[in-house]
Amino acid sequence: MAKKKFVVGCFDDEAVLFPAVKKVRTAGYKIHDVYTPFAVHGLDHALGMRETSLHTAGFIYGITGTTTALSCISWVFTKDWPLDIGGKPHFALPAWIPIIFELTVLFAAVGMVLTFCYICQLAPFVKKHHFHERATDDLFVMVIECTEKTNTADLEAFLSNAGAVEVKTEIAEDGWWLGRYDKDEMPFQTNTVLA
Amino acid sequence: MLSWSKHDVKNKRAFDKPRLTKKKIFTMASIRERFEIPGKMKTWSLALIGIGLVAFIIGLVTKGMSKDEHERAIFLGTLMYNTIYWTLVCNAAMFFICATTMAWGGWQISFRRVTEAISTMVPIFGSITFVVLIYVVFIGKNHDIYHWLSEEAKTDPILKGKLGFLNPTFFFIWTTLAIGLWALLGWRIRKLSNEADEAAMNGVSGAAFIKQNTVRAATFLVWFGLTVGSTVPWLWMMSIDAHWYSTMYSWYNFASTFVAGMSLIALWVVYLKNKGYLEYTNQEHLHDIGKFMFAFSIFWTYLWFSQYMLIWYSNQPEETIYFKHRVQGPYKGIFFLNLIINFICPILILMKRAAKRNYTLITFMAVLIIFGHWIDYYQQVMGSISKDHVTLGWFDFGILSLFVGLMIFFVSKSLASKPLIPKYHPFLKESIVHHT
Repeated sequence: MAKKKFVVGCFDDEAVLFPAVKKVRTAGYKIHDVYTPFAVHGLDHALGMRETSLHTAGFIYGITGTTTALSCISWVFTKDWPLDIGGKPHFALPAWIPIIFELTVLFAAVGMVLTFCYICQLAPFVKKHHFHERATDDLFVMVIECTEKTNTADLEAFLSNAGAVEVKTEIAEDGWWLGRYDKDEMPFQTNTVLA
Repeated sequence: MLSWSKHDVKNKRAFDKPRLTKKKIFTMASIRERFEIPGKMKTWSLALIGIGLVAFIIGLVTKGMSKDEHERAIFLGTLMYNTIYWTLVCNAAMFFICATTMAWGGWQISFRRVTEAISTMVPIFGSITFVVLIYVVFIGKNHDIYHWLSEEAKTDPILKGKLGFLNPTFFFIWTTLAIGLWALLGWRIRKLSNEADEAAMNGVSGAAFIKQNTVRAATFLVWFGLTVGSTVPWLWMMSIDAHWYSTMYSWYNFASTFVAGMSLIALWVVYLKNKGYLEYTNQEHLHDIGKFMFAFSIFWTYLWFSQYMLIWYSNQPEETIYFKHRVQGPYKGIFFLNLIINFICPILILMKRAAKRNYTLITFMAVLIIFGHWIDYYQQVMGSISKDHVTLGWFDFGILSLFVGLMIFFVSKSLASKPLIPKYHPFLKESIVHHT
């Protein structure tokens, strides 16, 4: 957790955003993130992000569920408490398949949701800085991380040239902190005096 | 702006290219409109048909005209499961068109002509099926296949109850209607698609086309549900075990042929891509076809298991009789091979995203799945006709080669007969920019 300097550029068109991302990356700036109101197809590739490993994790959770269910049921029904059910063999695999399947799904689903929340740092009472309120409404907000050498004025001009409708420089918290969003003052509650 | 050159389409990361903007128009460097049948393909298909015909004639002499009724039943049974399988697989292509149309899907338009070409096989394979089935019921009167044809059926309390459904008259009417309407309703959909090639559409005529297309697709689907989704597999295949019944049976067969149908579509798409056709179709589309192959393999397994598990669990003799010789008898190997090819292989191999986008892997899996479900049909039909020994041999593969040859011959002909891309289809653009 540290305060860092960011340059924020807001775009109002997907078709402008993509070339801008490319220009910014070619120019050598480090994009912190792009906040969009909806999932934009191909943006992750344009940003050069690596493929997520969430599905691999999901597979491992699923396999864990399968083995848990299979070993548990087979131990109970063959070793711990063998019961004669309708004359079926104690190791009655077909009857267990539905439960094994359910546990596979349960482990994979719960595991993936928790992993996803962990990766994205999502949890109750975890707060992160919002660079622009309209990122949840109608603006694509590109955030560039500055180094000591970054000339913010130059970068702002660069973003404007690339088609940003709004640019600003901000010093903001990089990580997360504990807090509650519902205690925040909402943008629409701010009383601005119009001249 | 995207200029859709051949290079872009082949480029594995086409989405890294500049994005589409509203200001610019699509320009296509060059589309190869028509498929030209390569000489090699024609030779191969004719060779396969030739092998098949030789096998058919030898089979006809040695088995079909044998004095032993059981041998004759094996001959007819082999013809039956092959024709039924290939008819339903090709019909699944029409089901795919209709289902995606009803879902207002746009992604499949770039290769829609391929699915249409496969569905033109329905009248051809359908008439072969019709001839074989009518022969079995009316001329061969083969009780080893359809036990309900025999005189005993009139006194057997269980079969007596089924006589309203299982009788030659109903069999004839329903078989004629089923095959005839699949062919007719499918033809109407293809006809509309062909007519759409004549002139560019505006908003009004485009909407009228979509509406007309949706109505025709819906009509086909209703009939498809009444036949493939329920009655036809009961009538043609389940009635071989006249005493036995399973409510899962038709859905099981639908899943079986649909996943094989998707694999067949994948094979043709990959083939045409390799030959440099279908410029608008790329990995994104292949990925979605692969998803269908993956998902419906699992769906098939779900039905396979549901049918098996309920019967295993309740353990009623009149129900377990179907599985007795399949799980514990001579069909044991084929029965579990079926599960390995059609479940274990697809779930493990097609699970990864990269696998579904890989042309080689999709080709391999498509061939495996088509073969796997052919084996599935084999054990469903022949497992009931020849209970005490497995008949899989040269004759089965000969007839398979006949059908594969016919399929390649006629589908390639049909592909060559009209433009490969429905260029005026209102949803074509959606298919071009499709991103999975």
